[in-house]
Amino acid sequence: MRRFAQLFRDLDRTTRTSEKTAHLVRYFGEAAPADAAWALYLLTGRKLKRLIKTRALREWAAETAGVPLWLLERSYEAVGDLGETLAWILPPPESAVDQSLAAVIEQRIQPLAEASPAQQARIVREAWRVFGEYERLVFHKLIAGEFRVGVAQTLVVRALAEAVGVPAPTMAHRLAGDWQPTAEMYERLVAGDAAADDPARPYPFFLAYALEEPCRTLGEPHEWQAEWKWDGIRGQALRRGETTALWSRGEELVTERFPELQPVLDALPSGTVLDGEILAWRDDRPLPFAALQKRIGRKTVTPRILKEAPTAFQSYDVLEYEGIDQRERPLVERRALLEQIVAQVAQPRLRLSPIVPFGSWDELEQQYARARAEQVEGLMLKQRDAPYGVGRRRGPWWKWKAEPYSIDAVLLYAQSGHGKRAGLYTDYTFGVWDMRRLVPVAKAYSGLTDEEIREVDAFIRAHTLDKFGPVREVEPRLVFELHFEGIQVSSRHKAGIAVRFPRMHRWRRDKPPAEADSLETLVSLAGLHREQLHPRISRQAMLFDLGGDLDDGPTGTAADSLDQEAEAPRS
Amino acid sequence: MPLVETTERGLYCRAGDFYVDPWSPVDRALITHSHSDHLRWGSKRYLTAAPNVPVLRARVGPVDVEGLPYGESQTVGGVQVSFHPAGHVLGSAQVRIERGGEVCVVSGDYKTQPDPTCASFEAVRCHHFITEATFALPIYRWPRTADVMQDFDTWWQANAAEGRTSVVCAYALGKAQRVLAELAAEHGPILVHGALQRILPLYEAAGVRLPTTAHASALSVRAAGGKALVIAPPSVLGSAWLRKFGPVSTALCSGWMRVRGTRRRRGVDRGFILSDHADWPGLCESVAATGAEEVWVTHGYTEPFARYLSEERRLNAVPIETRFTGETADEAATEAEDATDVVPAEVAAGEVP
Ligand SMILES: [Zn+2]
Ligand SMILES: [Zn+2]
Repeated sequence: MRRFAQLFRDLDRTTRTSEKTAHLVRYFGEAAPADAAWALYLLTGRKLKRLIKTRALREWAAETAGVPLWLLERSYEAVGDLGETLAWILPPPESAVDQSLAAVIEQRIQPLAEASPAQQARIVREAWRVFGEYERLVFHKLIAGEFRVGVAQTLVVRALAEAVGVPAPTMAHRLAGDWQPTAEMYERLVAGDAAADDPARPYPFFLAYALEEPCRTLGEPHEWQAEWKWDGIRGQALRRGETTALWSRGEELVTERFPELQPVLDALPSGTVLDGEILAWRDDRPLPFAALQKRIGRKTVTPRILKEAPTAFQSYDVLEYEGIDQRERPLVERRALLEQIVAQVAQPRLRLSPIVPFGSWDELEQQYARARAEQVEGLMLKQRDAPYGVGRRRGPWWKWKAEPYSIDAVLLYAQSGHGKRAGLYTDYTFGVWDMRRLVPVAKAYSGLTDEEIREVDAFIRAHTLDKFGPVREVEPRLVFELHFEGIQVSSRHKAGIAVRFPRMHRWRRDKPPAEADSLETLVSLAGLHREQLHPRISRQAMLFDLGGDLDDGPTGTAADSLDQEAEAPRS
Repeated sequence: MPLVETTERGLYCRAGDFYVDPWSPVDRALITHSHSDHLRWGSKRYLTAAPNVPVLRARVGPVDVEGLPYGESQTVGGVQVSFHPAGHVLGSAQVRIERGGEVCVVSGDYKTQPDPTCASFEAVRCHHFITEATFALPIYRWPRTADVMQDFDTWWQANAAEGRTSVVCAYALGKAQRVLAELAAEHGPILVHGALQRILPLYEAAGVRLPTTAHASALSVRAAGGKALVIAPPSVLGSAWLRKFGPVSTALCSGWMRVRGTRRRRGVDRGFILSDHADWPGLCESVAATGAEEVWVTHGYTEPFARYLSEERRLNAVPIETRFTGETADEAATEAEDATDVVPAEVAAGEVP
């Protein structure tokens, strides 16, 4: 555990990729297989379940440290990270014991799940007695189910590949999908016994970078294939023998969440893997992402949901055919094969992502301008002779996102940030005018420079109207231009609508709040009619005025959470 | 009537008619140490601990200052005053004030960890203790200096091996010299910023042993081929001065580096937990060691510390107002960097206005 805690510390305190890689390579070079397997599991973003209520943890820590609970809370406010606060507040260990990472997880952490509160307290106190500072920090994050490290998954895979001498793409493939962190698994991974490969294992997804230059800088138009950028869940549909699987890009097995796609999987010829997008699709057209989102959080799929938001698999690419990896073949050949497979399978829920025709870059620009009308997020550009790569790489694929929506909104509420932004007010709720009131419509916390954040923070402290727990209501005086990707009707929000991926584009110091946009503008941007929202507005507004549903102000939309960067853990 | 009271100009002793660390010019000022939030220019007469006299002069110019050796007392007005080591920086002292058996001690800034560049803190028994609270939260618990400096050594060595200059930011008065004095080994030349260079002779004169250093310039840094250790005040972070040096790795030495978020916010590659203030155990033990029942808390986390002392230690503790909040995480760069923020330039240069 000490070695892993040291790795955590090393990774945490450098921003240089080369240093991170070196630390990882060294770790994997030294670690015992069982430890390496667990480290890999945690570093690639797989989480342990939350096993302990943080409330209980705070109480035990306060008691052990001999400080009153309020002082611990006050310290937490200063640190902004609970696991860290507790680690620093506890007295030094009595007798240092260095147990392996696997032993700590399997003998100290996992048993917490079945333990009574009294037993849990005993286990945690015993750990505190023998762990040093950083071991405690890691331990707290593990038992609270919020262990995170600022290192990209692809970097971990590359470092592991380097440490054990396996090509990186092979390693990425072996690591894709579901696996249990055991010594045996790690040894298989390192030895590379292909026969032991899991039949349900997907391929790592190839991802595109955003196009920032004009499209004509890409060279000859005929070398490129264009498709719409669909707004759904990227996925892989797979069948090998009797095994069928539907994987999402988070490498989660989602087969059971989409029973209507099972016939598609069953109809695939054995040894086929398709790349595509799971879309909510009805009456021959895609539904807004919100329809699909309703299904993401649910374990059970009701007939009603199936009727309201049925899905289709919009296929982009073929990665394996007749059991043979197709990824090295050029896109033109893969596309021809894909068209053949889709025709042969002949399932209504297996669709082919249409090619967007263009003969010149001018024509493509005209197509791009239609993206919003087509209810897609923009265009995808793929080089015709390129293979299917691994991870995110510049060059062969580009995503050309439709222009974001833009409004000017007024800062209404603020909440302090966590981690790097602890102690500063960085999470803001913005409102637009509705008649003579400002109604909250979006929550955003990215897009400002550190300098601006400090300035806004000072403004907030000096112009607080009211406090609700950690939330401050602010004098409505600052105007910001917000960008976002979509607008949806939402009964959960006071304004009756919710925006997707909102962020601050710039601070409009030049604009007085009276000149901020109105709800009317937002509604018309969305191509909606006011009547579609009206009843909700009045009902929600009433709730709000009664002090009821504060939630829809400061805590924002469910879509927000999809946009969170892997920053410091939120405690 | 209490021996000291809080006023517009800071702590005042009516019976002796003097101020301790006044915020604006007064007739008679007793000074705990020469950081800019304790020492202001413009008072008529200064009284301070003898080892602080040269430091004080270097910072506020040729003023009327008298030095009193540690532990020796003098009558000022109707009270006895003496200075006792605070272990904070060279010349720093706690001020002890006594009248008819009643004792009040003003701590100034202090630390309990050993520091080779100044006399060690001595707890002084008193009835009334005025303590600082810069790091008065239980998360602030300093690691052993030797461990921190070991880490520091590894960092410098790794940078030198990669040809990356190591730039460490530390206060010009106190911290920088402590870093120099505590270095475990040298992996290249040690180059110092001008703000520090002006202060180093004071340490030499006080008999503090420090390694040999030279002036940090684009030329001297580049000539060292990435092996140099550059010591500079925190204000250089992000400045043009730093950009002349080629590839660098930056570090900050401060108690604030205890919190990972602070280090990230300051945008440095490495944070070394090295403070010239007492940590939580240091503060609690020191307050207890004075035996004081009346405790005033100033500088930093005054409110939680006063509450803790009242509720958990059953002391009569209150936070007191200060015009300076002391060192805070984001202002860590601004305290006491050099004399110029305290004194008009012509005074610093030696001319009396
Ligand atoms: Zn000081
Ligand atoms: Zn101070």
